[in-house]
Amino acid sequence: MLPTDSKKALSFKRCIQDGDLVIVYERHDVMKPVKVTKDGVLQNRFGFYKHSDWIGKPLGTKVFSNKGKFVYLLAPTPELWTLVLSHRTQILYIADISFVVMYLEVVPGCVVLESGTGSGSLSTSLARAVAPTGHVYSFDFHEQRAACAREDFEQTGISSLVTVEVRDIQGQGFPEKLSGLADSVFLDLPQPWLAVTSAAKMLKEDGVLCSFSPCIEQVQRTCEVLRSDFIEIRTFEVLLRTYEVKEMKVETGAMIGESQDELNGGQRPSKRKHVSKDDDDYAVPQDNSSTATSVVMARPCSEARGHTGYLTFARLQCLS
Amino acid sequence: MELNKDHVTSENDKAQDPNPRFASEGCSVLLDVNDGDRLVFARLSGGATLKIGNTKYSLKPLIGAPFGSLFQVETGDDGSSLLYRILPIKKESSSNNVTEDARDNRELIDNNESQNLTEEDIEAMRREGAKGDEIIEALIANSKTFDKKFQLSQEKYKLKKQKKYAPKVLLRRPFARSICEAYFKKYPARIGFLRIDALSLLLTMANVTAYSDVLVVDMVGGLVTGAVAERLGGTGYVCNTYKGNSPSSVDMVRMFNFTDKVKERIVQSSINELSSPKTASPEEGVCSAEVNINDSSTCDVVEEVSVTDNTVAESKSTKAPKVGRGAKASKEAVEMWKENGFSSLIMAAQDQDPWSLAKDVLPLLSYSAPFAIYHQYLQPLATCMHNLQQGKMAINLQITEPWLREYQVLPSRTHPHMQMSSFGGYVLSGIRISTT
Repeated sequence: MLPTDSKKALSFKRCIQDGDLVIVYERHDVMKPVKVTKDGVLQNRFGFYKHSDWIGKPLGTKVFSNKGKFVYLLAPTPELWTLVLSHRTQILYIADISFVVMYLEVVPGCVVLESGTGSGSLSTSLARAVAPTGHVYSFDFHEQRAACAREDFEQTGISSLVTVEVRDIQGQGFPEKLSGLADSVFLDLPQPWLAVTSAAKMLKEDGVLCSFSPCIEQVQRTCEVLRSDFIEIRTFEVLLRTYEVKEMKVETGAMIGESQDELNGGQRPSKRKHVSKDDDDYAVPQDNSSTATSVVMARPCSEARGHTGYLTFARLQCLS
Repeated sequence: MELNKDHVTSENDKAQDPNPRFASEGCSVLLDVNDGDRLVFARLSGGATLKIGNTKYSLKPLIGAPFGSLFQVETGDDGSSLLYRILPIKKESSSNNVTEDARDNRELIDNNESQNLTEEDIEAMRREGAKGDEIIEALIANSKTFDKKFQLSQEKYKLKKQKKYAPKVLLRRPFARSICEAYFKKYPARIGFLRIDALSLLLTMANVTAYSDVLVVDMVGGLVTGAVAERLGGTGYVCNTYKGNSPSSVDMVRMFNFTDKVKERIVQSSINELSSPKTASPEEGVCSAEVNINDSSTCDVVEEVSVTDNTVAESKSTKAPKVGRGAKASKEAVEMWKENGFSSLIMAAQDQDPWSLAKDVLPLLSYSAPFAIYHQYLQPLATCMHNLQQGKMAINLQITEPWLREYQVLPSRTHPHMQMSSFGGYVLSGIRISTT
């Protein structure tokens, strides 16, 4: 997934090979990850696709099923991976992920500690941010989930950047071996205040900690504990609002007093506008001077995510 | 668990450390006065000063200090005012039961007569060498109404006096995060109202990572270019492209304290040059750095800091090459991009129509390359998205508006901040596909 040198970077020329992981894109909300094999076959509602047809084709192209329907084959990125990975736990989405990576000041070469690993959604983005010389140490107290995460990281090719260990951070804290080495620490735990003291030992001075908690009571308790060793404690909520875009054929009828120029401009639909759904369904205009123009309009989508969690950031005090 | 020692930076690497922890001479820093009340960018030179209130304080004590260290204004024995490094005291949590405090403000009259000490008294104290904290204690002792205040109001009062009479300065490292926040607070128009969460979204949606070739159209002063270069960490390229003959200034890049390795990766090239067919390009200079020698640009950013003779000295030194508009991309690099395409695109073009730029710039991307287009206005993005859909140039198109809200979390006083930024721009994201 991540280029380890410029030869592996995304390019026009980079063709799909046996063993590659690709993202099969049907629609923006229908995607799945597929590992390409010589004899593999993908079946979906469009028919079936032979992987052998894919090998040798560049990424980003259309491939056709036996029934002539197409899908796109895309290169995997952490964003696409977040949308297609199997959820073993509730995951973080792009809004929180992107804000966390920026606010934790993660750059190539950084050492980041994370607990819990969960489904590896954030871990993948952290790996991208620390590559190629940094490292992510991720901890989860659930043995099976840690194993699944390791498998995913193998599949997406980032296992050299992420180390997963089974450990109960709330009970035991982070390992002593990592003391003073972490540039950033991320906590996604039910009781993060229990891990704060240990996190403080792991962080370099002026390093940044982030705690993600769905409930405000958790945030309050965490902030109380943070106040002893940390400064610049800030809590945020990040959300995204998406917009839908539609082209509308708008008929403008003449209105008393409106100049013809205004109507021909077609910028403002008149009060008696008729919105047609398809081309042969125009309503008959009341007067003779009407023009149909198409306007691209945008409005927010009606469904939106209302809350994921509160993000609390803090800097370790500089005491030396 | 195996601890990989290669991941720990050794002392030897500190000089060219991409992540320096100490403020060195000549480096750019961010000064946080009074816990976020005022943010000032400065360059740490021998003669640099910072003005707080009516006095100028030399920034010399800050050189060599670790980032994150705290300084306070103190009066020396000779009456001079200096910034002294202080070590923060561990704050005791006020475990007093606030809900049992029955005091309130019903008897408080706002008539400016509550304080016995006059301005002259305070000045006299200062001249005699009283420390800031001593002045505050005196103010509290001489306040007729202090004891009648509700406990949390007392804390608020004390904090207010502290900010005035014992201001603190926190030395902070300039990073994409702090630079963006500071500009958004003070000069948002210069960065096109690109808020920190919108910027972080651009970087993520465009899959910016090491070894990638990122094409940017940066008309927000260099903030996007700098943020991308930060994430590239000295590998790959960030190429700023433009219509016409000359790129916009990316001066902000200077504030990031980039090592030479990272700066080499910041280049520019016009759209015409990048789009021209793969032939031998005309004899243009290769890698000719266009330097912005005029140091008055420093003053735009650093208004409260009077940078004296040092800036002149700096332009003479060859240590840090200026990044006025970025070095021109080499022929080899341009040929490579024409051959392979860029791995992603970020557009932050103020006052330009996104579609007219996108239609020229998108073909320069590899297939399956993600892109993110930022704009302050929704309608042009909607038109751009529509045209991209019609032209079947991209998939996974989405217009997103980021929303950010900060909270105050204190015992018995938790609520969102009273003020909020309601606008941080819109982002159109998608993935380029082949049209065949």
